[in-house]
Amino acid sequence: MSATSSSASTSPGAGIPHLDVDPFAIEFFDDPYPTHQLLRDAGPVVYLDQWKVFGVARYAEVHAVLNDPLTFCSSRGVGLSDFAKEKPWRPPSLILEADPPAHTRTRAVLSQVLSPTVMKQIRDRFAAAAEAKVDELLALKSFDAVTHLAEAYPMSVFPDAVGLNQEGRENLLPYAGLVFNAFGPPNQLRQDAIERSAPHQAYVAAQCQRDNLAPGGFGACIHARVDTGHITTVEAPLLVRSLLSAGIDTTVNGIGAAIYCLARFPGQLARLRQDPSLARNAFEEAIRFESPVQTFFRTTSRDVEIAGNRIGEGEKVLMFLGAANRDPRRWDNPDDYDIIRRTSGHVGFGSGIHMCVGQLVARLEGEVMLAALARKVGRIEISGPVKRRYNNTLRGLESLPITLTPA
Amino acid sequence: MPAITFIHPNGERERIDAGDGESAMLAATKHGLDGIVAECGGNAMCATCHVYVDQAWLARLPPMSDEEDALLDGTAAERLANSRLSCQIKLAAELDGLVLRLPERQI
Repeated sequence: MSATSSSASTSPGAGIPHLDVDPFAIEFFDDPYPTHQLLRDAGPVVYLDQWKVFGVARYAEVHAVLNDPLTFCSSRGVGLSDFAKEKPWRPPSLILEADPPAHTRTRAVLSQVLSPTVMKQIRDRFAAAAEAKVDELLALKSFDAVTHLAEAYPMSVFPDAVGLNQEGRENLLPYAGLVFNAFGPPNQLRQDAIERSAPHQAYVAAQCQRDNLAPGGFGACIHARVDTGHITTVEAPLLVRSLLSAGIDTTVNGIGAAIYCLARFPGQLARLRQDPSLARNAFEEAIRFESPVQTFFRTTSRDVEIAGNRIGEGEKVLMFLGAANRDPRRWDNPDDYDIIRRTSGHVGFGSGIHMCVGQLVARLEGEVMLAALARKVGRIEISGPVKRRYNNTLRGLESLPITLTPA
Repeated sequence: MPAITFIHPNGERERIDAGDGESAMLAATKHGLDGIVAECGGNAMCATCHVYVDQAWLARLPPMSDEEDALLDGTAAERLANSRLSCQIKLAAELDGLVLRLPERQI
């Protein structure tokens, strides 16, 4: 990828294939894989006429765009909306929707609050909660794995780890759903979410204040960085907001993806039961396989070439993380869920300076839950109709009825 | 092409050719070496590509960043004075022959 000095052309992306697909349509969400293949095979970069954006769906180009954050910037929004042209629906995130050098400082604060050292401190608590949850579910036997497991487990550990009040937690999932819908185009999903958002936004704004966060939690740790001069009193609540935006629904869909995989691939569950130490990689592979966060946008900060194709300044580029994670140019048998696959390099958590800052919390939750299931559960059977949940960015289920058989 | 020798905890040695400018982590994972997990894919965010650098080579490596230093406090195996993250060791001709010992565990 290199800069070009040529002036803007009249038609966007001369020589780049134009495709008439809507990756934010319900029909697409129902089965994105044929369209992912179409997008990858059309070329290293495509143009989507419906939303007037460029797109990259092959692993190499997605990885390259993610790792050139100055050319493909985030400060103009990581959704379709260009903050240079349109007022953002909420005050921009100080980390997700920021570029270096501003991003470097805020990122360092969250990295320290969610570091490997901190994970060691919370690990036993998260693991005990996962064991207890699986015992409770084995007693239930048949239940909806989305509500009773994928949502219930993160909700039982993460809000406490942040230090949230007990009251109002029911706003967390709707707020996160709103945030991830809002990255999409102005379709029904986005409009409905924003219309219903006022109470959830009010809850989050209040909950991010220092007085509302329990001592010792992630939230209080962020506010403590005000005292050391790393961030201001105005910045601290917005950084707590990042945890509430991206810390719950993502792990809900990650754990949901893993359960859905293990239910559909019983051979892989058998392998996991034989060696529960594979739990962490089984979770990681589910993130690659389902890619709970399917897409993010960037905006070009200058004229640039992607694989020889010129893109002008100020253009939106849509990165298909889910398509990259199943690109046969990068992965052997990409459509197989394989818990011993070498998953390193997948872009399910992104890559580069904006790579998910909470990835260690997600892996911890996923690992301890799958390890508990591996030790206690013999079989996972899908025992009712599977329903998809539709969101402009998140891929996951509305309902996954399963029946567990004890080990 | 600079070569790296990885020494497993059981003493077994594995020699791997690395591309110029490639990280020791990437060279290891590309060759399917057991003992380097690299969950974050080389973004200095996870501390699962931990290595112990052979004493003869330690001073020849570029200094570590504050981020790497902080991450090394969270490694699964004990942090020692010669601990580094292999994703932060970029190979070049002058590092040809580098010797890295693998810890007992990465997770």
